Amino acid sequence: MQKVFPFFLEAAWITVLLSVLTTILGLILGAVGASARLSRFALIRFLGAAYVSVFRGTPALIQLFILYFGGPQIGIQLDAFQAGVIGLGINAGAYMTETMRGAIIAIDKGQIEAARTVGLSRFQTMRYVVLPQAMRLMIRPLGVNINAMIKATALVAAISVVELTYTAQRFIGSTYKPFEMFLIAGILYMIIIYITGQAVSWLDRKARIS
Amino acid sequence: MNDQGDHMTDQKPFVDIQHAQKSYGALEVLKDINLQVQKGQIVAIIGPSGSGKSTLLRAINDLDPLTGGEIWLEDKQINKNLPHRQYEKHINLVRQEIGMVFQHFNLFPHLTVRGNVTLAPKMLKGLSDADANKLAEEQLDKVGMLERIDYYPSQLSGGQKQRVAIARALAMNPKVMLFDEATSALDPELVEEVNLVMKKLAEEHMTMIIVTHEMSFAESVCDRVLFMDQGVVVEEGPPEVMFRNPKNDRTKEFLRKHLAGQHR
Amino acid sequence: MGLDFTVIPQYLDIILWGALWTILITLGAAAVSFIGGMILAVIALYAPKLVRLPFRAFAFLFMGTPLLLQLFLIYFGLVQVGIDVPAVMAGIIGLGLHFAVYNSELFQTGILAVDKGQIEAARTLGLGRMQALRKVVVPQAIRDVIPPVGNNMIALLKDSALVSVIGVSELTLSAQRAIGSTYRPFEFYVLVAVIYYIINLFMEAAQRRVERRVQASR
Ligand SMILES: Nc1ncnc2c1ncn2[C@@H]1O[C@H](COP(=O)(O)OP(=O)(O)O)[C@@H](O)[C@H]1O
Ligand SMILES: [Mg+2]
Repeated sequence: MQKVFPFFLEAAWITVLLSVLTTILGLILGAVGASARLSRFALIRFLGAAYVSVFRGTPALIQLFILYFGGPQIGIQLDAFQAGVIGLGINAGAYMTETMRGAIIAIDKGQIEAARTVGLSRFQTMRYVVLPQAMRLMIRPLGVNINAMIKATALVAAISVVELTYTAQRFIGSTYKPFEMFLIAGILYMIIIYITGQAVSWLDRKARIS
Repeated sequence: MNDQGDHMTDQKPFVDIQHAQKSYGALEVLKDINLQVQKGQIVAIIGPSGSGKSTLLRAINDLDPLTGGEIWLEDKQINKNLPHRQYEKHINLVRQEIGMVFQHFNLFPHLTVRGNVTLAPKMLKGLSDADANKLAEEQLDKVGMLERIDYYPSQLSGGQKQRVAIARALAMNPKVMLFDEATSALDPELVEEVNLVMKKLAEEHMTMIIVTHEMSFAESVCDRVLFMDQGVVVEEGPPEVMFRNPKNDRTKEFLRKHLAGQHR
Repeated sequence: MGLDFTVIPQYLDIILWGALWTILITLGAAAVSFIGGMILAVIALYAPKLVRLPFRAFAFLFMGTPLLLQLFLIYFGLVQVGIDVPAVMAGIIGLGLHFAVYNSELFQTGILAVDKGQIEAARTLGLGRMQALRKVVVPQAIRDVIPPVGNNMIALLKDSALVSVIGVSELTLSAQRAIGSTYRPFEFYVLVAVIYYIINLFMEAAQRRVERRVQASR
C-alpha cells in the first residue's frame, strides 16, 4: 500500500493541473459563448446556440476522442494532455456559456433602461451596469460547473493521461484491491473539490459584500 | 354547565371528551376541556384566534395528540395507550369513522376530483373501481360537484374545492364530521355554497363539530355553541342564548368585537 | 490522411446495434436510478440514524468522485468479491447507482416540499404512514421534480458512453471496433456523436411532453 502513494500524489497533481487549465479555457469560451448568445446579430446568436447545443448534446468522451484520435486526420496533432485540456475546456465552455447567459439575462430590465436613459451606450451599459451585477450571480452556478468539470477530468484516463482515475485503474489491475484504490483516489478527488468549493464560497462572499 | 336540556340526559354521549389537556412545552393550549356531543347533534366552537379551537378539533382524530384526558367515540376510546404498531392500526380505523374538513381544503392536487374521493374507499375498504366510482358519483352529486368529477383541483374555485373535500370525507361514511374554519379561506361570494352543503348535512342529522367565525351560520344550524378562550371553555349554551344573551363578560366582549369587525 | 465517409455504410449495422444497446442501457440505468433514488430518499428522510449513516457516506462518496472511477470500482470490485456479472450489468448498476444518488437529492427536496396538510388530509381519511407516503406524498414529489430528474436522465445518456471503458458493447465501443479495422476514428466518432445527439433530442422532446402533461395536476 505504501508504495502506491507517491504515484497517487503525482497523479493528483496532474488532475489539479488539468482542472485549472480546463477551468481557464472553459471560462474564456463561456464568456465568448455568452456574448455570442446575446449578440445583436442573428448569425452570431445562432453560432453561439449551436455551440451550446452540440457540445452539451453529445458525450464529452466522444468529443475528446474526435479531437485526440480524429484530430490527426484533419491536421490537428495533440498529445493526450493537450487534447484533454482543449477537449474538456471546449465542453465546459458550453455549460458555462449557459450559466453566464442565465446570470446576465436575470438582471432586471429596469437596470438596463435606467442606464440607457442616462446616455450610456449599449456596450457601456453592459460593461458598467449589467456585468458587475451578473458577475455576482454567476459565481455559485459556475462553481457547480467547475465541480462537475473536475470530475469530468477523469475522462482523459480513456486517452491514457496518467491522472487519478487512470492511476487507480492501473493499481486496481495490479493489486486486486479495487476498494482501497477507489478510496485513495476518491479521497484525493474530494480534497480537490472541497478546496475548490471553499474558494468559490470565498469569492461569492467577497462579491456579495461589495 | 349542565343546562343543555334534560331531554338528552338519558342518552350516552356519542363523542365524549373528558379533561382534555394539551401542552406544547410550557405552553398549555387546552386546559381541562370537557365536551359531550350526542348523536346527530351539531356543535359550534367559536373563540378568538389562538384559543385552542383547532387543537381541540385535531385532537379528536389524533392529528395533535392530547397530553392528558380521554376522548371517546361511542364505546371506543380514541386516544388509548397502546404499543406503537397497534396504536397505528387502531387510529387508522378510528380516523375512517371521523371526517375532517380543513380551512385550506388539502385536496390531493395530483388526483382528479374522482381520484380524491375514491382513494381512501379503494385503499381502505377494498372497494372495486366500479363501486368506488358509484360512491364518488353519489357523494359528489350530494355536494353539487358531479359535473366536475374529472377535473383536477387546480381547475376548481375555492368553494368547489371545499365541496369536493366534504364529499371526500363523506365517502368514508363517517360517524362524525369535523369542520375547521371550512369557509375562512374562501372569497365571500363562495361561502354560501359551502354553507348550503353543511346545512344539508345538518338536515340529515350528521353529527358535526364546527369551528367557525360565521356567527349567523352557527346560529342557524347549530344545537349548541361553545365559546373558547385561552384553552378553556368559557361559556356554552344554545345559540339563541349564546348570541343574544351571553352571560360571561368575555363572551360578550368577543361577540361585540367580532361583529364590529365583520361587516360582510 | 483525409476524410472518407464512404467506409461507414459497411459498418452501419454494428453501429446501429451499438445504438440500440446504448438506448437499452440508458433505460435500464434510468430505471435503477429512479427506483434507487426514491429508496435512498426515503431512507435519508425516514430511516433511523443507524441506517441513515452508511447511506449518507455512500452518497457523499458517490457525489464527490468521477463516474468513471465508480465504474472501475463496481466492475472490478464485483469480480473481486466473487460476483462475476456481465459488463453490461456492471455498467447498468454503476450508471444507475451514480444517478440514483443525484436523483435522491432531488426526491428528498421534492418530498419535503409537499405541503404538510397533504399528509394530514391523507391520515385523516385513515391512510397509514406508508400509504400516505406512497399514494399522496411520493406522486406529488415525483411530479414536482420531473424537470431536474429529466435533466439527469439526459446526462445519463451521455455518460453511458463511459461504460465502453469497462468493455460494454454499446455505441461508443462499437465505433471503436469499426475504427480498429478501418483506422478511421474521425468519421466514426462524428457519426456516433450525431447518433447521440439525435437520441438526446428525442429525450428532450419527451421531457417537454411529460412536463406539459403534468401541468394540470398541480
Ligand atoms: N405545533 C405547535 N407548537 C407550539 N404551539 C402551537 C402549535 N400548534 C398550536 N400552537 C399554539 O396553540 C395555541 C392554540 O392554537 P390553535 O388551536 O391553532 O388556535 P385556534 O384554532 O383557536 O386559532 C396557539 O397559541 C398556538 O400558537
Ligand atoms: Mg384554528
